[in-house]
Amino acid sequence: MTRVRAAVPTLVALALALAVGVALLLVVGAPPLETFRLLVEGSFGSASKISATLLAWSPLLLASAGLVVTFAAGLWNIGVEGQVIMGGIAATWVARTVPGPGWVLIPLMVLAGAVGGLLWAVFAGVLKTHGNVHEIFGGLGLDFVAAGLATYLVIGPWKRAGVASTSGTDIFRPEAWMPEFQAFGVGWPVIPVILGLLSVLVVWMLLRGTLFGLRLKAVGSNPYSSFLLGIPTNRYMLGAFAIGGALAGIAGTVQVAAFHHKLVPAISGGYGFLGILVVLLAGFSAVWIAPIALFFVGISVGSTQLDLQLGLDSAFGGVLQGIIVLFVMFGGAWSVRRASGRLTPQEEP
Amino acid sequence: MKRPRRAFGLLALLAVLALIAAACSSSSEETTTTAAPAESTTTVAAPAGEGFTFGMILVGPENDHGWSQAHFEAGKYLEEKTGAKMISLDSVNPADRPETSVEQVVDDMVDQGAGLIFATSDDMKDGIEAAAAAHPDIPMIWSSGDSAWAEGEGYKADLTNLGNVMGRMYYGKMIAGCAAAMTSETGKIAYLGPLINDETRRLASSVYLGAQQCWETAGKDPADLNMEVNWIGFWFNIPGVTLDPTEVTNGFYDGGADVVISGIDTTEALVVAGQRAAAGESVWAIPYDFVGACSEAPEVCLGVPYFNWGPTYLGVLNSVLDGSYTAQFQWVGPDWADMNNPDTSMIGWVSGDALADDAAAAVDVFIAGLGDGSINPFVGPLNYQDGTPFLADGETGNDQQLWYMKQLLEGMEGASSAG
Repeated sequence: MTRVRAAVPTLVALALALAVGVALLLVVGAPPLETFRLLVEGSFGSASKISATLLAWSPLLLASAGLVVTFAAGLWNIGVEGQVIMGGIAATWVARTVPGPGWVLIPLMVLAGAVGGLLWAVFAGVLKTHGNVHEIFGGLGLDFVAAGLATYLVIGPWKRAGVASTSGTDIFRPEAWMPEFQAFGVGWPVIPVILGLLSVLVVWMLLRGTLFGLRLKAVGSNPYSSFLLGIPTNRYMLGAFAIGGALAGIAGTVQVAAFHHKLVPAISGGYGFLGILVVLLAGFSAVWIAPIALFFVGISVGSTQLDLQLGLDSAFGGVLQGIIVLFVMFGGAWSVRRASGRLTPQEEP
Repeated sequence: MKRPRRAFGLLALLAVLALIAAACSSSSEETTTTAAPAESTTTVAAPAGEGFTFGMILVGPENDHGWSQAHFEAGKYLEEKTGAKMISLDSVNPADRPETSVEQVVDDMVDQGAGLIFATSDDMKDGIEAAAAAHPDIPMIWSSGDSAWAEGEGYKADLTNLGNVMGRMYYGKMIAGCAAAMTSETGKIAYLGPLINDETRRLASSVYLGAQQCWETAGKDPADLNMEVNWIGFWFNIPGVTLDPTEVTNGFYDGGADVVISGIDTTEALVVAGQRAAAGESVWAIPYDFVGACSEAPEVCLGVPYFNWGPTYLGVLNSVLDGSYTAQFQWVGPDWADMNNPDTSMIGWVSGDALADDAAAAVDVFIAGLGDGSINPFVGPLNYQDGTPFLADGETGNDQQLWYMKQLLEGMEGASSAG
């Protein structure tokens, strides 16, 4: 019963967000029902659409799962975007240099992506624990450095022969493409989806059923008390960065190996930032990441149809995502305020 | 679990605002709904293309006053001429649409009944080649590419459905160079380049050759003409990835150049020139790609070399409609009888308001010479930037030599490849 009641503000918020979305559509003169139908059809309406949505879902899942860990440790790991990019860069390096068949190459690329993301995250972590640089600023700074590095590599050392363009590197050889599973006439991104779901499962178990998870949450709730109680706070924070970064880095591998099949400067696809919204909306819980992330990428993938069939700018998808998060946050804040409002008058006199 | 609520709320708000801002900034481009084919069934007999759908994939915004808009207008020309229906998607590139690939867009368009696809950017090479292989029965055009050129370096013999269309823009760029040289007071002109490849080296070099030709015809000392090239890294500005074309243009003018010739898809060079002229400077610019590009700052616009894709695309569409389509490599020049004939000329030049009468007269003489063949700047001896020969003495450049330019020409300042 309390669970149902707790869900009420969220549902109200969703309804309000929907209403605002409809109002916006009416203002620009687009038919709301048709718009929503196209969003759904464009993301889940056919086998190839579902496959495309799942392919975008996987890196978002990985980035979001990693963020749950760092949020549990009380860390504002804003540097996911950079960690995804570094994972993509490391995986690209393997794809370009390591010979051998796919069954050697693909696991190595996943591993390299994890290491790339991990190192970048730990870098931000060390800046925090040992350099006293708040992780928001460290992470954001490292985002820009990673993006700059990707652009430099694409236009510099890894450029196509005779070309200097930020367009992208040469396409990987086929062995470095994550194999797809053929069914219903389309290729399915089975490996990325497994990696994504596995990451959620691992994070869920880690935080729920292990001593590490328990201590991590203690560090997140109150680092000082945890430290007094004998938990090596810094080590736990760095551990959280390492796990979060590794998962984000694997998202980068998925982006280069399963989607672009090359390195492009925009390799992160914005999934790092979108992941933050997903986790906020999920209330920091691993359980809700999967459906919420699916909902979000569904909007992203489906919104192409708005442009293609309705002449509506597909940025509407992004606007809708933003409105939803905004209203759910307000809903959350409102219910907290109402709950505390109920308590204070009784306590005060 | 207890959390730092205030910081959390603030951060959430920031993240959301950033998302909305990002979404809105790209939505500021006004979207025009694709015009439905004429519904006046009562008056005219149904044109040949009635009921046929073609897809148009644009790399930038459809109203960019440049490369992408030129293609979009060509699509509308096809609708008007044949009654076929265009479905188009703009800003198809990894920065603007991270979750969308060219292959997926082609799949979508084919699902919606498209029987012909135009992929209109060099950047779409990998995507359209994969899509052409996946839909071998659907005719496709990769504009500015060389995949269907049997004598070309990028020939893909197995992609029998993928043709190429490109305009011989080196003519337009030579005319632009001439107009720049006839206007420049400092003798310093500058080229705002996109990324570096065979095509862009060709076009930058053409500007230089045209400028040199007219400069020397006017009796001036060749040593007094300088041309600098700087590249932003992509066809248009991507914040954080490319150099900012506005800054690069300002850098040119700060460095003493007084005419900037644009080689990118968008009109920043012209806009900057307009601003600086309004502040009293004697500067000019030459935009690119789109017939109407001068309109953003006509008072400093010397003219614009532009693509008119319509007629050639119409030929492709008609061949698909009558079943005679084959994948061809078409590199189409201007209609010298009338460069600005919208139904016949692939390459056009419109002189701008800022082009002085005497300069305009010199440009007209130059155009006439190019048209009757009495002027051909692509005749040797010409050297590459590092001194290696490009064309031997008396040698006229052939299509392969012009298409695959490996460096800028001797005397030009700027990078021939990435450093």
